[in-house]
Amino acid sequence: METTIIIAILTMGGLGFIFAGGLAFADKKLRVEENPLIAKVNDVLPGANCGACGRAGCYDFAVNVVEGTIGVNGCPVGGDETAREIAEILGVEAGSTTKMVPRILCRGGSSEAVTKMADYFGPLSCAAMDLVAGGDKLCYYGCLGGGDCVKACPFDAMIMNDDNIPEVIEELCTGCGICVSACPRDIIEMHPIDRQVFVFCKNLDDPKRAKEVCSVACIGCGICARKSDGGIEMVDNLAVINYDLLDESKIPFDKCRTHAIGYLNGREKHLEEVEAEEGN
Amino acid sequence: MSFLNKIKTFQGGVHPEEYKELTENLPFEIMPDPKRVIVPLSQHIGAPASVKVKKKDEVKKGQLLADQEGFISSPIYSPVSGKVVDVHLEPTASGFPQNSIVIDSIESEEEIRFEQLDPKTITAEEIRERVRLAGIVGQGGAAFPTYVKLTPPADKNIDCVILNGCECEPYLTRDYRFMLERSEDLITGLKLIMKALGVSKGAIGIEDNKPKAIEKLTKLCMNEENISVVSLKTKYPQGAEKMLIKAVLNREVPPGKLPLDVGVVIQNIGTALAINDAVCKGEPQITAALTVSGFGIKQPKNLIVKVGTPLSDVLDYCGGVKDNAAKVVVGGPMMGVAQYDFSAPVMKATSGILILTESEINAHEETPCLRCGKCIEVCPLNLTPTKLARYSQLEKLEEAEQLGITVCMECGTCAFVCPANIPLVQWIRLGKKRVLQIQRERKAS
Repeated sequence: METTIIIAILTMGGLGFIFAGGLAFADKKLRVEENPLIAKVNDVLPGANCGACGRAGCYDFAVNVVEGTIGVNGCPVGGDETAREIAEILGVEAGSTTKMVPRILCRGGSSEAVTKMADYFGPLSCAAMDLVAGGDKLCYYGCLGGGDCVKACPFDAMIMNDDNIPEVIEELCTGCGICVSACPRDIIEMHPIDRQVFVFCKNLDDPKRAKEVCSVACIGCGICARKSDGGIEMVDNLAVINYDLLDESKIPFDKCRTHAIGYLNGREKHLEEVEAEEGN
Repeated sequence: MSFLNKIKTFQGGVHPEEYKELTENLPFEIMPDPKRVIVPLSQHIGAPASVKVKKKDEVKKGQLLADQEGFISSPIYSPVSGKVVDVHLEPTASGFPQNSIVIDSIESEEEIRFEQLDPKTITAEEIRERVRLAGIVGQGGAAFPTYVKLTPPADKNIDCVILNGCECEPYLTRDYRFMLERSEDLITGLKLIMKALGVSKGAIGIEDNKPKAIEKLTKLCMNEENISVVSLKTKYPQGAEKMLIKAVLNREVPPGKLPLDVGVVIQNIGTALAINDAVCKGEPQITAALTVSGFGIKQPKNLIVKVGTPLSDVLDYCGGVKDNAAKVVVGGPMMGVAQYDFSAPVMKATSGILILTESEINAHEETPCLRCGKCIEVCPLNLTPTKLARYSQLEKLEEAEQLGITVCMECGTCAFVCPANIPLVQWIRLGKKRVLQIQRERKAS
């Protein structure tokens, strides 16, 4: 009995000793030198592995930052704070970044957009709907309402509103831009968070059809462009804003019959906000 | 058993209700010219044709409207005499709008045709050139420019031409009527194709639910040593090119390869007739033959219609739709496209318009996959549709690619048998589109 126990202890102990020796040897001889900065940078990153920086996850980003192939402010999710911390670790200037948020440039929800004379049977996914004659709305350019962007958002920062158009919850949004690539219609664009004026339409149809398919479409009348001094250009029946030249005071927002061009939260609310800020 | 083994076919497939009796005994009617035609610039696979007319131009029937643009493309001719109203985006049967030439027709006998050629003395080069000029595209549905198929790369050794007379889609009887009514022209067309390709062997594959057509063509081919008529088992998708080659010649087209790679060129019955008409009568392709059928139309018909005729005109000509009509499909019920706008025009390769009632369509709620494996059993290409659809849904594109999602021909057999009503083909199409895009990007970089 006792010998059995002793044999077992000796065998297991011996094996353990041999393996430990192997590990010790591997640690000395096969060690891969890694820049200690990479681990430090990796620690300050958000760790969401969302891929918004264009790299395969946070660790890959850290490697690239340390190697200098991507800027310290390359992580849109971490924003300024992370950029500053990385800059501290690496001993460089951080510079400043403006937070970018996605803007949904279509307001043609279920109550505005005209639907086709047909019912759609099939998976509720924008990309799948887009394959079947472009979904059930007549407009070939607008939001399909299938919620692919909502499903794609890794931060739960998007919801579908009552009108079946997605909305961004700015507090939760990290600006990773994954929703932009999830949208098969390209109606989501990244813009600086303080930008307020947008054309909320992507429809390129001629005025007649644009009017028919949606009550809030840009019908390409060009009134906004004529008075804008180059701030707005008409491209293929659609008003396109050149933000470098835009002078908000020159845009006749009231003249836009379909309210396709306007402020993010409506004009009144915008003016209130400006007033409140000035009051402070 | 020995008798059963003789029926030529492929592995997998399904037997949908055929409903061919609605139209199979109705001879073709020629529909009068519509008041307005809408001629899309892209009625073929490849680059859209480039417009050669402008607003307010007077055009004659058979006049060139838009010319071929690049190698894989096809010219388009005016189906009527009249005046060009405009060139702009119009809805098409694909579901997406396309640039189209709109023409208001006037009554006129004037017509432009090509010079008639003698099929006996014509050379291979002349046949190819005429087929290209006449704007002939494959009538099987994909609308691939025919002259490209007749111009195989020099390193491919073609030894057989198969005419596809399967018409395996339910309802459609266009090819069947063609085989009965224009058998001689069909043989001439087949011979022209064989000559253009320098091939000595021709076959016509016909499903055995069309005994009259088999009988008639067999009799006609009695004295033709090189042409055989092959009777095939009635099974969907017997008319898919890979299935047809397997059944007729017992050759397998490997995944990702074309019939060309096993030495075969397949042409549709309608295409062979269009080639015959272009050579012997000098006609450009300005008409489409189609079956208007289904239990939702008052008078089902087989029709010869001008390309560009709006669907609504065709439906009116057939007495209009019944009140219980629930769905309109252009093409066959298995692979056709559901319509929402009846101003969409008939195109060169339109083979049918089906007006289906609630009892004919399958619009049940989707339920979870039962793992019954029926879709795998019937897939003629030996794919695993349930897995492909799931991978596509979860955007696991690498896995989908490994399982061969790009091989799928979207025949719809899997979705047809699925007891859980999963829209398998829709998911697979989406995944296929995404995988193909990734493959293109990979190639470019």
